[in-house]
Amino acid sequence: MRAYLPDYDLRAPDTLGDALAILSRASGAWRPFAGGTDLMVLLEAGKLPEGRYLGLWKLAELRGIEERADAIVLGALTTYTDVLRHAALQRDYPLLCRAAEETGGVATQNRGTIGGNIANGSPAADTPPALLAYDAELELVSTRGTRRIGYDRFHLGYKKMDLAPDELIARIILPKRAATWTQYYRKVGTRRAQAISKVCLAATVDVDRSAGLVRDVRIALGSVAPVPLRATRAEAALRGVTPDAAALANAQRALIDDIKPIDDLRSTARYRLHVAQSLVAECLEAV
Amino acid sequence: MNGPRVDVRFRANGRDAVVRVHPMARLLDVLRQELGLTGTKEGCGEGECGACSVIVDGELVNSCLVPVLRADGASIVTIEGLSQDATELHAVQQAFLTHGGAQCGICTPGMVLAAVTLLERHPDPTDAEIRSGLAGNLCRCTGYMRIFEAVLQARRNRDASRPAP
Repeated sequence: MRAYLPDYDLRAPDTLGDALAILSRASGAWRPFAGGTDLMVLLEAGKLPEGRYLGLWKLAELRGIEERADAIVLGALTTYTDVLRHAALQRDYPLLCRAAEETGGVATQNRGTIGGNIANGSPAADTPPALLAYDAELELVSTRGTRRIGYDRFHLGYKKMDLAPDELIARIILPKRAATWTQYYRKVGTRRAQAISKVCLAATVDVDRSAGLVRDVRIALGSVAPVPLRATRAEAALRGVTPDAAALANAQRALIDDIKPIDDLRSTARYRLHVAQSLVAECLEAV
Repeated sequence: MNGPRVDVRFRANGRDAVVRVHPMARLLDVLRQELGLTGTKEGCGEGECGACSVIVDGELVNSCLVPVLRADGASIVTIEGLSQDATELHAVQQAFLTHGGAQCGICTPGMVLAAVTLLERHPDPTDAEIRSGLAGNLCRCTGYMRIFEAVLQARRNRDASRPAP
């Protein structure tokens, strides 16, 4: 059933200070509302919790993409379109650009935000695996101050995050990588476009070409657990070894303990594990 | 809770509009019901099909996913406002007509607006750019080929109507 509109309030403060003050005055009473591409779907389905929502779209402090010496910093309200139009992101962070391309059509990309994609907490979201593969960090802000945490520690459980009711995600920090790292991204869905993923894998791999060894590696997956996650056991199986068939087999075995795929309306646990293992193989071939 | 109605002001097709509405009301419903702009269609109501696409401040958006409060102060173009002249179709509309880019018509207003923004962004689009630019607009009748042809024709019409350098 459709939502009953008088059950909702929506306000859009002009500044970050105003927004944080509202959030801190009545902790938990106001919920952040960014691009609306997830929450408005719930509204129409009658599944959006009733109550007060805080529109963030006027908060200039949460916009913009800043290039620093050691990182690129995205305001949380950066849209997928902003990502796709940014030359430095296209050059150095192709996994994030692929994820942005894979998210909905142009109209969704124009409004959906990276901060919203994170805070929505969906294990099937397209950008989190890319952010994990880049060792992203988050800057969280409230009237109590600012704190910075590794993105790999942010998702605690299904739709549970290390984010207090009075906090907003302010920025996403992507550390710069040496050019020796190669990158891999693949989203597997029912169709090539406009589909929610069954399995998504993003990886960055630093290969020592002269020694033929994997110096370091990040493998991150979506849709295979209650949260987007790093496959730390599979990474450990590859770190410091020659990426040959034996190493691949070890990594694929280790992956079984990294992920917890389930049967649901989009796929089965068995298919997801098989595809995730195949993507690790394809990733190693690609590097 | 009894969430209050608020005044929301925006420009729709070049005219100032003020509506007293619930701030969470969908822009789609406000356009259709308060302003009578029923050219904007509802397909899926969940941002998948693009039938409700409108142009807000130059950007294509799904009006089913926009709470009307977000449109406060914005300039909106719907299919009714695309042609500057009531007697003449926009080049993209004319091309859809010529090429049979419309059948049942439900996707057409959104598809035309998506094509307009696509051609603004990519004046000389490749096939891949046309396909990705229209990927959020679903059509269950045409099979898309005539729509793609219409977009290319609109580009050629535009080039032909330009004075020779």
